[in-house]
Amino acid sequence: MSYHIVVCGSIVPDPLQTLEPVAGPGGPALKNEMMLPAVLDPWAAHALFEAANLAKNVPGSKVWLVSVGPKAKLQQVMMHVAQKVPFELVVMDGPAGGFVEAADTAAALAKAVEGITGLDKGKLLLFGGWSSASRGTGATLQILGELLGVTEQFQGVDELRPADDGSFEVKERIEGGGYLRSRCAGAPAVLGWATGNLPEPPNNPQVGMQNMRLIMPALQKAQPAAVGAAGVAYKAVELPGTRRQTRIVKDTPVDDIAREIVEWIKG
Amino acid sequence: METILYLAHPEDNGALGRTALEALAAAKALAAGLGAPFSVGLLGGSVQAAADSIAACGAAAFFAAQGEALAASRYSTDAAACEALCRAAGATLVVAPATARLARCLPGVAQRLGGRVDSNCTGLTVENGAPLVSRWYYRQRMVAAQIREHRPWIITVAPCCFLAEDGQGGSASLQAVDLPAVTPRTEVLGIDAPAADEQTIRPEAEMLLVAGAGWTKKQADGQSHPDKAAEHILGFLDRTKASLGSSKSLVDLSGEGQSVLPFLTHLHQVGQTGATPRHKKGLATCCHGEEPHVVGWRFITERRAVNLDAGCGWAQGKADVLYVADAFAVMAKVNELLGK
Repeated sequence: MSYHIVVCGSIVPDPLQTLEPVAGPGGPALKNEMMLPAVLDPWAAHALFEAANLAKNVPGSKVWLVSVGPKAKLQQVMMHVAQKVPFELVVMDGPAGGFVEAADTAAALAKAVEGITGLDKGKLLLFGGWSSASRGTGATLQILGELLGVTEQFQGVDELRPADDGSFEVKERIEGGGYLRSRCAGAPAVLGWATGNLPEPPNNPQVGMQNMRLIMPALQKAQPAAVGAAGVAYKAVELPGTRRQTRIVKDTPVDDIAREIVEWIKG
Repeated sequence: METILYLAHPEDNGALGRTALEALAAAKALAAGLGAPFSVGLLGGSVQAAADSIAACGAAAFFAAQGEALAASRYSTDAAACEALCRAAGATLVVAPATARLARCLPGVAQRLGGRVDSNCTGLTVENGAPLVSRWYYRQRMVAAQIREHRPWIITVAPCCFLAEDGQGGSASLQAVDLPAVTPRTEVLGIDAPAADEQTIRPEAEMLLVAGAGWTKKQADGQSHPDKAAEHILGFLDRTKASLGSSKSLVDLSGEGQSVLPFLTHLHQVGQTGATPRHKKGLATCCHGEEPHVVGWRFITERRAVNLDAGCGWAQGKADVLYVADAFAVMAKVNELLGK
């Protein structure tokens, strides 16, 4: 049993960047959004690495990365991502910021997935991050699954273990540092990944060159995606305002510091 | 007029959890603000005890989806049950706790109902006769207040944002909803969780101890001392029953096969790709860094840090107190004092 693994993931501002909201013509946006360095959404990146690892271990499997985002920025990010693992890129040209609707993004992704030539839905595993680092709803994958008729869904996945009969075991994060362990009879299924257990793969220039042969045409033929936030009115979008007056305690004996900390703990 | 449904599920012990009771408070306040009635919808293996525990909460009706298939958390059966509950109540607004179980299925339910979902909301009020929710964007780096025209509208409420409802027990009369036939292809095998005395992630704890990569660095003698670090960290957790969090850099070291602090996993990670804990107090040790760390710290009320850098970008402006000292020495003494 092989898998057709479709990883959904877009780009987000580099986590090291300080963000600032501005009012744009279509609603809230980020200041200098197109100038901010971007990365593949961290949880989606984990999903991509897990997908590639699964495809490597299950012969006949294939990985697609489906993304809704501004294609110019996607091209920059793909120069880096393409060196990590083999995949075929499918692009919908649209906004990747936080202030868009999960339902719109899911609809655009569904259209892109439906358009993948050679995709066998009986083998389909829909991967993605269980939440994004932009909108952070943890909703897009479930909606996408519903649109595609896939009702075996898992979120906060850290482990997928395939069996020879096509079934697989999944471990999903739940409250209190525990895992819910389930066995799914097989594809199709939706899996929203947490971090998984794989380290980030090292750059491989050969993989990068192979990927880029398909990435550039995919970017060139990207269809526009109608993604927005119709029906939502943002009354305020702001950075958290509280800056604390940090008391610096230095050149103080360890005993005094420890005593103060213990008093605070017990207080 | 809006029709409000409070949607929840009992925990393994049959009772509603704290997050569920907080969401009930949010639903009640919303109903009061809108002058609209609200109903309760419960799903689970058996929900009578949970319903009885909130029987006097003021709900107009109690809808129940229960049975063996709903005893365990599974997308296909949970989504079908939640859809049936929403339809039975005729809900235009649904308020639910952001538990792992409901967070997984409710977006799909919104799609089935032709509605929309806003998840992990940290505020829910009424403004000009309409619900106004607050939620965070870009991983707790930006907060927005928003209203929505679309109905039905499902709102999940993040933990620790409302005071939990309490003491409204009685005897609830349940209305069973018709559940559609679902043939799940997923079998729930069970829950993997550490034994209680080995548990280091404690969402209910008053305090969070965050361990940073500094615990693994070379000390004054030119050697690293992971065993000593583990002794200090675990000793503190044992004495205080605090929860443990970690910076990404530290759990990544463990994940890359380095036996640094073997009790740390990605589950402990807070921040950009980790949890956003909500403990009352937080003590960060050997941490320093940039924006990704800050987001894991956002909802901790009282914050203190111990590290060797007086100009630490993480602590400055974000911690209430920064102790510039060797965390090994400080924590050893703290543990000694706590042990007395």
